[in-house]
Order: sequence, then C-alpha cells, then structure tokens
Amino acid sequence: MQNNAVSANGETCIEVKGLWKIFGYNAGELLDGELQSASKETILEKTSCVVAVRGISFEVHRGELFVIMGLSGSGKSTLIRCILRLIEPTAGEVLINGEDICSYNAKKLIELRRYTTSMMFQHFGLFPHRSVIENVAYGLKVRGVAKEERYQKAREVIAKVGLKGWESYPPGALSGGMQQRVGIARALATDPEILLMDEPFSGLDPLIRRQMQDELLEIQAEVQKTILFVTHDLHEALKVGNRIAIMRDGEIIQVGTPEEVITAPSDGYVRQFVRDASPSEVLTASSIMEQPHILLYEWQGPRAALDILGSADLDNAFLVNRRGKLLGLVRISCLAELIQRKGSFSILEALEPDLLTCTADMLVEDLFPLAASARYPIPVLDDAGKFLGEIHTSTILISMIQEREEAAEKEKEKVESDG
Amino acid sequence: MVEFPAFIHIPLAEWIDAAMAWLLTNFAGFFDAIGDGILFALLRIERFLLWLPWVVVVVVVGIIAWRAMRVWWGGLLMAGFLVLIGSLGYWDLSMMTLAIIIAAVIISLALGIPTGIVMARNKTVESVLRPVLDAMQTMPSFVYLIPALMFFGLGKVPAVFATIIYAMPPVIRLTDVGIRQVSHEVIEAAQAFGSSARQVLFEVQIPLAIPSIMVGVNQTTMMALAMVVIASMIGARGLGLEVLLSINRIEVGRGFAAGLCIVLLAIIIDRITHALGSRQEYGLT
Repeated sequence: MQNNAVSANGETCIEVKGLWKIFGYNAGELLDGELQSASKETILEKTSCVVAVRGISFEVHRGELFVIMGLSGSGKSTLIRCILRLIEPTAGEVLINGEDICSYNAKKLIELRRYTTSMMFQHFGLFPHRSVIENVAYGLKVRGVAKEERYQKAREVIAKVGLKGWESYPPGALSGGMQQRVGIARALATDPEILLMDEPFSGLDPLIRRQMQDELLEIQAEVQKTILFVTHDLHEALKVGNRIAIMRDGEIIQVGTPEEVITAPSDGYVRQFVRDASPSEVLTASSIMEQPHILLYEWQGPRAALDILGSADLDNAFLVNRRGKLLGLVRISCLAELIQRKGSFSILEALEPDLLTCTADMLVEDLFPLAASARYPIPVLDDAGKFLGEIHTSTILISMIQEREEAAEKEKEKVESDG
Repeated sequence: MVEFPAFIHIPLAEWIDAAMAWLLTNFAGFFDAIGDGILFALLRIERFLLWLPWVVVVVVVGIIAWRAMRVWWGGLLMAGFLVLIGSLGYWDLSMMTLAIIIAAVIISLALGIPTGIVMARNKTVESVLRPVLDAMQTMPSFVYLIPALMFFGLGKVPAVFATIIYAMPPVIRLTDVGIRQVSHEVIEAAQAFGSSARQVLFEVQIPLAIPSIMVGVNQTTMMALAMVVIASMIGARGLGLEVLLSINRIEVGRGFAAGLCIVLLAIIIDRITHALGSRQEYGLT
C-alpha cells in the first residue's frame, strides 16, 4: 500500500492498522494459516469464508475529509462499520485519538459512539416512527440530555440544513433529499468529533446529489469535522475528498489527493477508473446543468415578467407553462420594446425565435457544437419537453478545455510507455 | 407383513400419563396457586362486567369502536350489536364469556409478548420455540382440555388455562416477526448513535413492531373466543355452555341464538382490535 500524501494538518485522528474482516465460521483461524495471502476466490472455495477487508491500514488526519472509494463488493461499507465496531473486526487495530477501540468493553464503546462519532447511512436509517425533530434529537436523547435542551439543539441544526418548518413531520413525508438532510442534522446534532458517512448520497437523484455534495462542503468548511466518507462514485470522491483511498477486493490500492489519483494512478485498476471519469466522456447534460435563478411562467403578464427580470438584474429568462413545459426564452429588451410599442400583448409574442435545446441524457461531448453557436444558455428538457435546467455555454467550454488537456496527457503517456 | 408389527411400540400415552401423575402429586401446590391466581383475576373481571349497567357497556363499547374505526356508524353498529345480544336474552352469559376472554387474553399477552421478544433476539430460543408453537397450533384444541381438567378440576380456571395455551401462539409469533422485520439499517443507526441494547429494543424495535404485535393481539383475541366455546365442555359457564346444552337437547333455536351471540361478540372484538392495529401506520407515503 502506498501512502504518498501527507495532509498539511498532520495530527492523526483515526488510525487503522492491519484490519481484517472475514465472514464465516473459524474466520480467526484463517489468519494464522497459509491462506492469508491467497486470493478471495481461493479462500471462498476452500473454507467458504468471505474476506471483506484484508489487512487494511490507513490514517485520517484531524479535520480531513477522507474518502474511501471502491465498487460494490470492495469491502468499503464493511470497513466503515468496523471502525465503529457495528461489525466486529476479525483482526487488527482501530485507533481513535490514539486509543484502540477494539479493546473497549461495551460501556466504553457506547460512550465513544455517543460522544465522539456520528454516522450517516445510504438509505438514511431514519426512525420512521419518530418525527424529524425526534430523529435529530435521538443522539442527545440516548446521552440523557433533557428534552427541552435537546429539542432546542435539534431545532438549530434542522434550521442549518434548511428544514425549518418540517420538525413535526414523520420522515416518510419527506423526499429523499430532505430525508438525508435529516440524516445530516441527526449526525451533526451531537456535535461529534468524527463523522462516518456510508454512501450518504448514493440513493439520491443526480441533481439532488450534487446539491447535497455542495452543501456538505459548505457545512464542512464551517464545522471542520474529521469525516470518513464512503462512496462508489469517483466524481463524488474527487469533488469532496481531501484525500482518497481506492479499495479493491478488500484492500486499499492507492491513497492520495484527488490530484495525485488523477495524474498518477498507481496501477491499471485505478487508471481505468480515472479514465472512466474523464469528464466529457461520461458527463451528461443533466450532470452539468444548473437551476436558473428565475423562471417565468406563462400566466405572468409581460409587465410582471419585465419587473421580475428587472429586479433579478437579468437580461433573459426561460418561459414555462403551468406543467413546466418550456415555451421559449424571453429577453428583457424585447419585452421593453413591445410594451412601449403595443401596450397590451401576450407574453408569447416576446419569445426569442430559434432557440437551441438539449435533452438530459445528451453527452457533454455532443454539446460542444451547440455551445459554439448558442447565444443564450441552453435549456435542458426531458422527453416531454419539460424544463429541467439550463447549461451555460461557459460550462461546456470549460469541460471542453479539460478534455483537451487530458487527451494530450494520455497521448504523452502513451508515447512514453511505447518508447 | 401386512400389519404393523406389534413389538415396535412406543408407549407414549403411558409415559405422558405417568408424567402427569408425577406432576400432580409433586406440584399440586404449584398448580393450586396458579389456579387461585387465575380464579381471583377472573372473578374480579366477571363481577365488574356484570355489575356495570348494560347502558354503560353499550355506550363505552360504542365510543371505543367509534374512536378506533374513525367512523360514527362503526360505533353505532357495534353498540347496536350489543343491544341485540341483550335482547336475545344472553347479556349475562355474554359478559361471563367476555370475562374469560379478557382474563385469558391479558395473561396470554403478558406471557406472549415478552416470549416473542426473547425469541426475536435469541436464535436458540427461536429454534426451540418454533416447533413448539407449531405443535400448539396444530394440536386439536380438545386435547388441551384434558390436562387442564387434571390440573385445575372442573370450572372456569381450566377453561382459562386451556384458552391461554390455545390463544398464545399468534401473539408470540407476530411479536417475533414484527421485531425481526425492523430494517437492519435503522437498528444500525440506533447503535451507531450509542444506544444500549435496551434502548435499541425499547426506542426502536418494539415501537416499530407494534403494528405486527397488534395483529397478534387481534388474532389471539379471536382464538381465545373460539376456544372459550369449546372450553364450556369442562364447565365454563357462558355462551359456549348454552350451545353445548342445546346440542344435547337438540334445541335448534336455542343453539342458533347463542351461536349468533358468539358471532356478534366476535365481530365487535375483531373490528375494534383490528382498527386499533391498523391505525399504527407511519409516514404519509
């Protein structure tokens, strides 16, 4: 295993040393035998034990957002559970603030979970029989904090994640994105030192996912927790991680900053991952689109539209009908001119002709030609013509430049390896 | 080779008889104590129900049914059924039957719910109890009358005892299932926030198992009602005895009227407990 990155803030918060997790009977005996170095398949065949985590060691520094990335089955979820002993490790040490938690008794372990750590889950793990505020206050409740005090703290955190007003609803009444906000709030309410996140955004729609990633980064900038973040999505890892560990078959095959992982993949497996993640090849329109600041609606008259555009200080905006279907683009100058000339008219008359559009699943690559000729943001539509978001030509151009650079680099690499 | 050989013989019946005799001689005091306890509770309940003016019972049942079913006509209908029972001339007998059911159900739940919880949390207990429960449910219910009779003699106490044995399995099973089906991630979340085993059980597992437990309560109550009728054979007074007598004397009308009262009682109990159970749904989606 390589560890070619040292964070600026060198203090170690979590240290994992030679951690093993083997599922099956007599799992412990396996470690002494010669099978220790055998492949996962061989072990499964010979002993019917499943090796999930295989002698992993790494360190997480204080205040760092450390990402563990791997495909499903790589053992990453088992690993993060071993760190809280939700799954009992077969062998190895987990040191949190220098103490080996594997030697903790039940009482000390509960203390650790109550006061030092918090966790978020892929399917949120919310308590369906409790309201949002009770969910958020749960960590404080098990600590024995009085009701008034824990509700007050919970209200603060709920407001912080933008769910004010939803306190008394059951989680089942909320959308997926909002449920995970409750998950974030619950994790933050206890003000833990360490946050463990097991694929927290994987269950969400791509758009919401990006939004949540942004919010996580905002919150992290504010609270500066030590975060261990598990994901199967390299984009996500590159976006949120200070350092990334890439896992395969229960082992960590590379640890490094996002930059290092992209520019110096340690072996073929990582390289393949990184290549798959080349932005424009896999990015679709939906993943780079943004939500417009304002949308105009058909029923708003021309004067209202002029006022809305004016107060938002925008030159143009998209017009949609009651069902969210795109009707066209309205320019402020065109509106102003028509109002002067005609006085009364339908807003539909002010639409800009020949507008370029694209669909959500179009590849960014295919958007390049559009970007060259588009004078306005390109609206993204679904199959029924419903407006989903807009893409600014600058966004496309930036990803085009990145694409060029990467292509050149790959070319160079190829020449080097051929030579 | 046509007939099964006589020398391959397991004297199971004799063994059980011997075991019963041994239990009776050595644990007579124990069974007397249990019997006295059951009788004490049963008589209080029965006296209370018979002491209550019928109007109060009708109104209270009507209100409970209305609150539980959330429709005004539900309450009216259930109250109407009670009035019908009274007008058929079976008020007192129905209250006696009800007293046995209530006593049996309370004891069944008090024993069954904790057993179900232990079963859900312990694999060994589960693997032992599962076949026992299967046997308890498939055994012809008349069989329970014999040991009940031997332990407690004739009367109400053996009736309650046999009813408990017959009615307890559903609530044990459904408590077990209810706790087992709580999402693993939710339990993990509770643990990750530092819940003790007791907190996981009382804060998460039991509240989430309540809909399932309520179905168990409903089924246990219905089975108790079914058994009470049979238990009249060993001297429990009530509607069952009335049916039994009319069979012996071939009085069709009397048997039918008493049978109808049992059906009405069953409908009232079922609708109310069922409605209470199905109210425990979470979330709006």
